[in-house]
Amino acid sequence: MPDETKGPPAGGLPETPSKPEGAASGTPAQPPAEAAKPAAPLKPAAPAAPAAKPAAPAAKPAVKPEPWVNPLVDELEKRFPGGTGNAVIFRNQPSIVVVKDSLLAVCEFLKSEEGGAYTLLTDETAVDYPKREKRFEIIYQLYSFKQNHRLRLKVLAGDGESVPSACGLWPTANWLEREVFDMFGIQYEGHPNLKRILLPEDWVGYPLRKDYDILRQDDAWVQANLNISSGQ
Amino acid sequence: MPEATFLDANELVINMGPQHPATHGVLRVILKLDGEKVVGTECVIGYLHRGVEKIAENRTYQQFAPYVDRMDYVAAVTNGMGYCEAVEKLLGAEIPPRAQYTRMALAELQRIASHLLWLGTHALDLGAMTPVFYTFREREEILKIFESYCGARLTTHAFRIGGLQYDLYDNFERDCRKFCDYFLPKIDEYEELLTTNRIWLSRTKNVGVLSAEDAVGLGSTGPVLRGSGVRWDVRKAQPYEAYDKVEFEVPTGERGDTYDRYLVRVQEMRQSVRIIRQCVERIEPGPIFGKVGKVIKPPVGEVYHSIEAPKGELGYFVVSDGTVTPYRVRVRPPSFVNLQAFDTMVRGHLVADVVAIIGTIDIVLGEVDR
Repeated sequence: MPDETKGPPAGGLPETPSKPEGAASGTPAQPPAEAAKPAAPLKPAAPAAPAAKPAAPAAKPAVKPEPWVNPLVDELEKRFPGGTGNAVIFRNQPSIVVVKDSLLAVCEFLKSEEGGAYTLLTDETAVDYPKREKRFEIIYQLYSFKQNHRLRLKVLAGDGESVPSACGLWPTANWLEREVFDMFGIQYEGHPNLKRILLPEDWVGYPLRKDYDILRQDDAWVQANLNISSGQ
Repeated sequence: MPEATFLDANELVINMGPQHPATHGVLRVILKLDGEKVVGTECVIGYLHRGVEKIAENRTYQQFAPYVDRMDYVAAVTNGMGYCEAVEKLLGAEIPPRAQYTRMALAELQRIASHLLWLGTHALDLGAMTPVFYTFREREEILKIFESYCGARLTTHAFRIGGLQYDLYDNFERDCRKFCDYFLPKIDEYEELLTTNRIWLSRTKNVGVLSAEDAVGLGSTGPVLRGSGVRWDVRKAQPYEAYDKVEFEVPTGERGDTYDRYLVRVQEMRQSVRIIRQCVERIEPGPIFGKVGKVIKPPVGEVYHSIEAPKGELGYFVVSDGTVTPYRVRVRPPSFVNLQAFDTMVRGHLVADVVAIIGTIDIVLGEVDR
């Protein structure tokens, strides 16, 4: 089912990144819109034609992540030379890439008063980009009550690489990291109790990885525990 | 499991759930007891795991919207609101005021409905039989408004990305006002039954104490955090929709015990009534749909958006790769994170208090397990 809707954007996909550079107004958006229209009758999938229309209003605001210029970024660079990377802001939400080895030191600094008092770890999760050299992005959503500000940290990790656990700084990371481990198979160093949390403990495979198909399951487990050949 | 103590010989491990009437769903708790005292717990969850985040990656933005209703199924309206807003933020879309105030009114009704369900079942868990009949009676009135608005009572799918699917029915404002007038005295009724009731006090006071420091460390949000004395509410701190234009207060507790969390939620219902009244006043004729187009195709990027759901901070982290399908949707469920504080709250208490403490966190397993 999802493939029907995935089809049409193939024509529309390149236009999204190209727009912000060339187009300040809505006018340059017109050519791709018309270009997409002839493509529509070729396929039975209808979404192609309407897809072109909403692209124009959506392109009006600046839609690309921009470099985040902030004293905090400089401060981090000064304190941890080479410890942080790419700081960008998108839709008014800043995010900073942190090198794995300096993660805990950076977090400890951010949690302290002088670092901005990011005392609440709202969420920790991961995103899988299988084509990248380091396929996993581990995402930390921090919040500072003092500044009323959210900050997103990203740590890159390759397949089989382990990441330092943030449990010591924020106890809430315990379950959140277990869920990331459960869904992505990312190992955390220094986690007190790293085992599956939502799936059965002896399940094989990590479902939220991109190469885990939506219909896939651990057949052996399903057969042994549910006594059926498929749970679908 | 906790480390062994010198009382090992007397320690007893017992299993509670997943089929247990007081665990509010399929929560399984392994309790380690010393006599009647709880010395350690382990929560076993995942019985209701449906892979909602995986489903999101295989559906279009709009197709996924009904799924979020099935996470916190007793507060579907706020779930849908959070998701729609997250995608709207990703799109950079603006929502007309009529749709905003309608959303807020419905979301606050949902907050009351969720708190009513919590109050009734929490009291029932602790042996107070009566309140559940009253709270369900009032909740029914809210569900009737939902039904008149969108045809569904529980999994409403009330909103669409960009605004509302349906305009309001003719007497929506009248029904809301009528409900507010009817409901306020009812809160007094519940309070009469419970707030100064000696049994209620002895079952809830100083039970499941969570310090403010622990609450923040454990990531608790919503009434659990506020019960511990931290005056923080997403609606105030980072207002969404038009919450910065309405007046309301954020009630907090002092000791962080079960009783304080009860008071916080009861006060929140009063504040919600206040918000509904203001919203209904401000619903004016106008468009109900912003400019988002028929096919939702956000630019490449990622956004985290959170709202104050009845149970705490409900966040959506949406990553777009520029197609009509989200690349990744992460749901930050308040129940899941708040449940983590259970172990801290329950240690040192009696077995009978376990039920009180599960109730006071206000979890829904559909959201814990997703």
